[in-house]
Amino acid sequence: MKISTLLYTLRQGVRNIFRNKWFSLASIATISVCLFLFGIFYAIIMNFQHMVKTAEKGLAVTVFFNEGTSDLRIAEIGDLIRLRTEVSEVKFVSADEAWDWFKGKYLGEYTGGFPTNPLENFANYEVHLNEASMQDVLVTYLQSIPEVRMVKYSDVTAAALSGVDLIIAYVSLGIIVILLAVSVFLISNTVTIGISVRQEEIGIMKYIGATDFFVRAPFVIEGMLIGAIGVGIPLGIIYVLYNRIVQYAAATFPMLSNLLSFLSVEEIFSVLTPVSLGMGIGIGFLGSFTTVRKHLRV
Amino acid sequence: MSRKEEKRKQRERMIEENGLIYLEGVSKVYSAGAPALNGVTLHINRGEFVFIVGDSGSGKSTLIKLLLRELTATSGRVWVMGHDVAKLPHRKIPKFRRNLGIVFQDFRLLKDRNVYDNVAFAQRIVEIPTKEIRRNVPSILATVGLAGKYKARPKQLSGGEQQRVALARALINKPSILLADEPTGNLDPKNSWEIMMLLEEINEAGTTVIVVTHNREIVNAMQKRVVTMKKGVIVSDEEEGEYIDED
Repeated sequence: MKISTLLYTLRQGVRNIFRNKWFSLASIATISVCLFLFGIFYAIIMNFQHMVKTAEKGLAVTVFFNEGTSDLRIAEIGDLIRLRTEVSEVKFVSADEAWDWFKGKYLGEYTGGFPTNPLENFANYEVHLNEASMQDVLVTYLQSIPEVRMVKYSDVTAAALSGVDLIIAYVSLGIIVILLAVSVFLISNTVTIGISVRQEEIGIMKYIGATDFFVRAPFVIEGMLIGAIGVGIPLGIIYVLYNRIVQYAAATFPMLSNLLSFLSVEEIFSVLTPVSLGMGIGIGFLGSFTTVRKHLRV
Repeated sequence: MSRKEEKRKQRERMIEENGLIYLEGVSKVYSAGAPALNGVTLHINRGEFVFIVGDSGSGKSTLIKLLLRELTATSGRVWVMGHDVAKLPHRKIPKFRRNLGIVFQDFRLLKDRNVYDNVAFAQRIVEIPTKEIRRNVPSILATVGLAGKYKARPKQLSGGEQQRVALARALINKPSILLADEPTGNLDPKNSWEIMMLLEEINEAGTTVIVVTHNREIVNAMQKRVVTMKKGVIVSDEEEGEYIDED
């Protein structure tokens, strides 16, 4: 293909957008609304999931050892725990650290009556989990180690978190699938209608000897450009809104800062941008490509 | 001799022996009803001017569609410029059609483009460089008497002017054959005559012209070959013929 033909095709693709202003506006609006809703739901769901994950990571199982267990054996057990798939982080708390923490929290300056460390046998491992649902398996394992005297954990919290985790997974999957399906349907329908009304134009081009490529290319370029504009608008709005909402929440509810841990805008957009571009430009491309094909058999 | 060269020579032989357009026992049956064409045989030679006349339902439009390869015959064979059109693969149809200029009753111009762009479009599809297009389009517009209207949109033009734009578009790539399907159907008598005079000039310059029409006055006045069709059959084919009434 000659460069002049390529440039002409590109120019026609851009001009088509202005030639069919109302169709272009309707398509851009449809794509924008669909992807805006998708983006908002995605951001909400991902943040909710992130908050639950953060809470799960805060969930810890504490392992205490029998009196007289050597430091070397305790270190060995620590290494074994670290190798477990359920475990995200293992923190060793020595007897002295445990006493310092207790003093700081409960006794303040009244520590004179304790010449030795009363928590001598309370060196422990604070084991953080990957997921709350894995707690049972880990606890059973820990209890099976002969040197382990006691395993402290919370059944209720773990059960509640793993339940919430599961619900979020199903609900988010459901909402995202529905929104994706609705978006794909609406966007491709808009593109289809827009091209169908220009069936006559396609027929004329074919009668005077235009190749399928020559007829199709400007429509495909038009579809992709409309898709790109339709993606850009909601992404821009969500970017600005997201940052403002996160800042507002952090400023308004400082006491909930542990619970309200938001994903950064970059983390949200690292997935949202390619998915939205794929949906907008991809559907613009596929929609125009397949719809024009229907009218090319002249 | 290369295969391409051999095929070209075969086509030339075919044209010499049977004419630029050759239909051999062609029938076309649509899904229901009587055949639109029934065993039609027709030869049209290079440089001829032929009127195809007949009432509605006589098969004129089906004939044009077969020549354009918009339809294929149910039986029989259609050769245009030596090509057996039924055997043309889909990808080769555009190149084939570029040798056929086509003009319709309803003009079929691209409404959202001006006169210049409508005519230039035919050159764009054959990848003529922009510089040449800028030379060729004003020249052909001058030939059809529209030199000053290149910026106008189709809706700003009269019916006669729109048909001239369609003619300019059909002619700019110098086709071997010009097919005109009821070119004066939407025009007043003055414009109809002007268009017919243009077609005659085009024919005198060497292009084979086939005009499908209902216009008795023009057919009778122009004294050209007239092929009359009735119910899918050619009922008369005469040099310097006249429009024959249904009755």
